[in-house]
Amino acid sequence: MTPAVPAAPPVDLAEISGNPLAEFIRLLNRVATLCWVELRKIRHDRTELYTRAVQPALWLLIYGEVFTRVHAIPTPPGVSYLAYLSPGIMAQSALFISIFYGIQIIWERDAGVLTKLMVTPTPRSALITGKAFASGVRSVIQGVVVLIIAVLLGVTFTDNPLKIIAALIVLAVGSAFFSCLSMSLAGLVVARDRLMGIGQAITMPLFFSSSALYPTKIMPGWLQVISKINPLSYEVEALRGLLIGTQTTLWLDTVVLVGATIAAIICASLLLPRLANR
Amino acid sequence: MTQTTDGVLTQAVECVDLSYEFATHLAVDHVNLSIAPGEMYGLLGPNGAGKTTTIRMLTTLLTPATGSVRVFGIDATARPMLVRRVIGYVPQALSADANLTGVENVELFARLFDVPRRSRKQRVADALDAMGLTEAAGRLAGTYSGGMLRRLELAQSLISAPRLLVLDEPTVGLDPIARGVVWEYIAKLRAEHQMTVLMTTHYMDEANDYCDRISLMHRGKIRVTGTPASLRAGLGESATLDDVFRHYTGDTLDKLPEEGDMRDARRARRTASRLG
Repeated sequence: MTPAVPAAPPVDLAEISGNPLAEFIRLLNRVATLCWVELRKIRHDRTELYTRAVQPALWLLIYGEVFTRVHAIPTPPGVSYLAYLSPGIMAQSALFISIFYGIQIIWERDAGVLTKLMVTPTPRSALITGKAFASGVRSVIQGVVVLIIAVLLGVTFTDNPLKIIAALIVLAVGSAFFSCLSMSLAGLVVARDRLMGIGQAITMPLFFSSSALYPTKIMPGWLQVISKINPLSYEVEALRGLLIGTQTTLWLDTVVLVGATIAAIICASLLLPRLANR
Repeated sequence: MTQTTDGVLTQAVECVDLSYEFATHLAVDHVNLSIAPGEMYGLLGPNGAGKTTTIRMLTTLLTPATGSVRVFGIDATARPMLVRRVIGYVPQALSADANLTGVENVELFARLFDVPRRSRKQRVADALDAMGLTEAAGRLAGTYSGGMLRRLELAQSLISAPRLLVLDEPTVGLDPIARGVVWEYIAKLRAEHQMTVLMTTHYMDEANDYCDRISLMHRGKIRVTGTPASLRAGLGESATLDDVFRHYTGDTLDKLPEEGDMRDARRARRTASRLG
């Protein structure tokens, strides 16, 4: 048998094994591609964006209005409870979006989409970062919806557009962190049904142990400790500081959020190959 | 065959003493396999024989427990990124993204394989055209029929001009007509690009009709390798590949339901239901 000679271009070994700078540019390139593809998907399926608006609207309308009336929760002077609550609900809706990314990535594994992507010359970290970005974009859209609902309910936010933009960036980074946390768990437990249970089990504790609904100072001591290590608290505090001008250490919030997100991206990328093992 | 850096004597695929162990059993048991450039090579066997696990090591998804895989002389464990660059892979499950259009599905792969921006649009259009998908290119892949999805996946793999195309059960779950069409397109690709193709299947007739050489795999081991004609001839004049399989495994494909585990069956059914 005389097999034909392959016509495909030979591989340029130097091109790939090249210098770290070229590697880094390729990584950025891949991240951009995967972000592009996630944006296309969001554009094709917009119904989810609308249906997701229902839950935060209910929290603000019902929970927010009732607790504003009973004055049960101490808020900083001059800040209504509804205004205090709104950034918390923004963070909550972003959390609920991002925590399902682990399930989504397992679904993509089951569907063969992820497996095929993992056989392209794409670093695992780019696959994770693309997903984290998508989670951030969806959360920002959701955040804008919550802002609009809150304004309709009479809340006044900062009139500085830069602060609003900064708040939306904080929201996106927070969402990126929680999506990576979820994808890390996906890499650990591997099976979808198990992850769904874990997702349910961690979402509410994350939410209630943060300062989303009430200030940490009215929490019992043990819960304050948990709140201190919960990145959601830092996200909420940064959002509040930017949107309604409450006092916070913005640089600390930023450092914690960005640091946690980078760590989570690395963690999820290292665990991702486990998903290909079956 | 010896490894050389100039590629003259390099095999397209060279597996030496390859093994993979799952928690309970040795899925791939010291396999030696060598595929020449340009060959259409079939890896045959029932569910659970170790075909997919072998392919997963070859495509850098799994790290071998023992032995080595080389693709065009590149070690898959040491240089996975390089190996990924030379192979196109169509997994058994349907891997096109249902939430993207045909064009977007192919463009994604063009970008991931660094197809230059100026020629990207044209090459994406060409790949879709070659697979007969020009008309459906703007529609979401979720609206495609099973045969169209397989062709879209071939277009995705084609865009990077891979030197080795790896197809894991390319026609599973397709009706006979769609199977025929997919094979036509694979044959066309091979004729035009002279690429090496490694495929798994458990349809003996497909292996007989399309493969240059085949290996029969059973319980993690390769039982026999040869051209379909030589394997049949070894058993007498009217022998079929089914007879060959029975001869080397002491059983028939139909009688081996216990060989595939539940996950295999579930994956095949999921693919079949998405195709149906």
